[in-house]
Amino acid sequence: MAILDGKVPPGPVAEKWTNHKFNMKLVNPANKRKFTLIVVGTGLAGASASATLAELGYNVKTFCIHESPRRAHSIAAQGGINAAKNYQNDGDSVHRLFYDTVKGGDFRARESNVHRLAEISPNIIDQCVAQGVPFAREYGGTLTNRSFGGAQVSRTFYARGQTGQQLLIGAYQAMMRQVHAGAVQLYTRREMLELVVVDGAARGIVVRNLSTGEVESHAADAVILATGGYGNVFYLSTNAKQSNATAVWRAHKKGAYFGNPCFTQIHPTCIPVSGDYQSKLTLMSESLRNDGRVWVPKNKDDKRSPEQIPDAERDYYLERVYPSFGNLAPRDVSSRQAKFRVDEGRGVGPSGQAVYLDFRDAIKRLGESVVSERYGNLFEMYEKITGENPYQLPMRIYPAVHYTMGGLWVDYNLMSNLPGLHVLGEANFSDHGANRLGASALMQGLADGYFVIPYTIGHYLASTALPKVTTDHDAFKAARADVDARTQRFMAIKGSRTVDDIHRELGQIMWEYVGMSRQETGLKTALEKIPKLREEFWQNIRVSGDATGTINEELEKAGRVADFLDLGELMARDALHRNESCGGHFREEYQTPDNEAQRDDEKFCYVAGWEWKGEGKPQELHKEPLTFENVKLATRSYK
Amino acid sequence: MGGTSQRNINLKLKVWRQKGANQQGHFEEYDAKGISTDASFLEMLDVVNQRLIKEGRDPISFDHDCREGICGSCSMVINGNPHGSERSTATCQLHMRKFNDGETVVIEPFRAKAFPVIKDLSVDRSALDQIIASGGYISVNTGNAPDANGLPVAKVDADQAFNAATCIGCGACVAACVNGSAMLFVGAKVAHLGLLPQGQPERNERVLAMMDKMQELGFGNCSNTGACAVSCPKDISFENIARMNREYAKASIKKRS
Repeated sequence: MAILDGKVPPGPVAEKWTNHKFNMKLVNPANKRKFTLIVVGTGLAGASASATLAELGYNVKTFCIHESPRRAHSIAAQGGINAAKNYQNDGDSVHRLFYDTVKGGDFRARESNVHRLAEISPNIIDQCVAQGVPFAREYGGTLTNRSFGGAQVSRTFYARGQTGQQLLIGAYQAMMRQVHAGAVQLYTRREMLELVVVDGAARGIVVRNLSTGEVESHAADAVILATGGYGNVFYLSTNAKQSNATAVWRAHKKGAYFGNPCFTQIHPTCIPVSGDYQSKLTLMSESLRNDGRVWVPKNKDDKRSPEQIPDAERDYYLERVYPSFGNLAPRDVSSRQAKFRVDEGRGVGPSGQAVYLDFRDAIKRLGESVVSERYGNLFEMYEKITGENPYQLPMRIYPAVHYTMGGLWVDYNLMSNLPGLHVLGEANFSDHGANRLGASALMQGLADGYFVIPYTIGHYLASTALPKVTTDHDAFKAARADVDARTQRFMAIKGSRTVDDIHRELGQIMWEYVGMSRQETGLKTALEKIPKLREEFWQNIRVSGDATGTINEELEKAGRVADFLDLGELMARDALHRNESCGGHFREEYQTPDNEAQRDDEKFCYVAGWEWKGEGKPQELHKEPLTFENVKLATRSYK
Repeated sequence: MGGTSQRNINLKLKVWRQKGANQQGHFEEYDAKGISTDASFLEMLDVVNQRLIKEGRDPISFDHDCREGICGSCSMVINGNPHGSERSTATCQLHMRKFNDGETVVIEPFRAKAFPVIKDLSVDRSALDQIIASGGYISVNTGNAPDANGLPVAKVDADQAFNAATCIGCGACVAACVNGSAMLFVGAKVAHLGLLPQGQPERNERVLAMMDKMQELGFGNCSNTGACAVSCPKDISFENIARMNREYAKASIKKRS
């Protein structure tokens, strides 16, 4: 075990970033065009980084798996983006956003990173408005805000229930402007299958063209991964179907440490599973909890229709248990409470695996038109999926996997332990600790891409000797050979199970044992079941079609599921080693008498960074100790 | 287990199969049996594909990703209508409770000169990205922005700009149009940016550049049938095209004078 150095700059937390920006080396404008940078992913982090780095003068090569960069999964974020603007005059500040985020993450994030995020947050809103992002406004023409979980101020900017879409289109358009200018070379329908490391530094990638099956190599001076999270390890999640961990996992296998893999966010308000054909789950934005009230019947197995259950026989359990935050308790806390109620036998709907999110009182108070203005598109989406009208009947909701706080380990400069490999957005582990607050993912993705990496990557390029490397280098040849060998192996298995079939089974194991609540015996069971399933995968999957010449989605999925099997095992191992409860990681053995998460700061106040040691060998654990100098370590309470 | 009226239905599918851009395509028939009415249309296709794979056959290719109606990946024509006949709904949000037991469903890719088929129901819509690259943005480098509240925007303008900005870039408008025109797509972007004060400096250049690019890429022109707006899963208003024509005329005159 080694101690990981987060390379946090010295000085008071509020001055670190300012001082660091001055102390970092610069690349002069004329020299920037001599550097080529690879960006993988075109979500908020990748598109904003590509646009900004190209504006600065770098040569940027940008890759995405979609047929258009605008389809990246950031597009689906609904509720909003936090920023410490204090436009509402309600007591917000950079320090309060910093404080809320550190506390919300249950003291498992790096203070310095979180402070920087809060400092940058107002600039993000400015930048987006300048690009034409149509945020919600007041009649006077100023921007409006709403509240999100884990905060007692209104600091969330939004564009109805489509904030991610509008922010992504802003970043996408900025990037397409650079494509037009020739500063960004865009490669669509390309999946990164290998990271190429030369003399210890990340110098390129190998990708597969998903339309033709051709394998291509690309060299650069540095590589930026902005490839999103790994929630699809659970098969059913709110992630898009193509969201996957392959880019980060292949980088991990080349030496990049994986940080806090067990920190998974289960979002409390999703549409429940309806059947075994289910391909994904749909989120109902947290913003709904501004006006919706969460409840279950007081009586077990109450089969009455919800409108027939009088108020006296309803348990508005979030308001009861957390009077000061009420329905806006943070995600991890709200999800667990929903699970407790269902486990007590008070779940609702045909499956009993749901709770109500009720707008009856909001409609009475505000009128249907105001409710529709705020949440209309979400109500429509709910009705399309379930066939029920939420203006008349409460929504049925249940927690589902939504976001992964863990990811590749990065230092303060967003560089992994592998020099030259930078990781942005959900793909890194950095800012959310053990639980992300609502409306903070969009903030982090854009902070990393617009305002952090453009500074820190310059420092890396200016302070590192980077001899010329081309794709003729042996490391590229070896990486391509690995890609080809893996493809041939998948095609040759010709077994009897589909890739989805194995993926679903992995998802069931993960949800059962590494999901909303975990315990030692269950995690050990998962660690027995996953290797068996992996063996089954490598012996018995069937990938039909051809490996080259055209689209082969089964082959794409096979590579992703192979990586999910490895990653799922690491998640279980990480969850087993962390003998405490914190944020989204709830170990049943470690809870307070009133069922809240019980941290162990003496033993676990660190980031777990796992090092790949080779196929079939367990990863080695390294630790980055966390210190809290500005937000006092305390039990997190929302009561 | 969703709606209480859940039941299973059987369908006959006639699906367009085409191995590649330069190959001849044809319809093939498949049975979709025991499909839950709570399933989505894409989940119905998943069920069919799982069976095809187990039989060693090539599954049907179709673009999909978020399955929440927002990424714009879906690109199929169902019974003659892009995204099917239900209004304001992308294919992924279409649910099987809208179909009848025993029905035959015809599934084809979006068809347009500017959208070549890649395989089966997957088409190449990168021409839409090229239109955006030609001018569908506000030119502001990162770091140049004034305070966000420094530039008030009337709520009515902000709301209208938002309505146009909700376009998901799926291309259903192009597939629905007899001329294969992308004018609703272009009109929506011209309206989104042109209605905002931030978009004024480049207003004229933007509409000219985007329209020229659209024509260069093989999209047709508008003959006012309105089919585009009917097929739009996000209800982008047909008025955007009229607005764009006015903007285009004004910009052209300005350019000449």
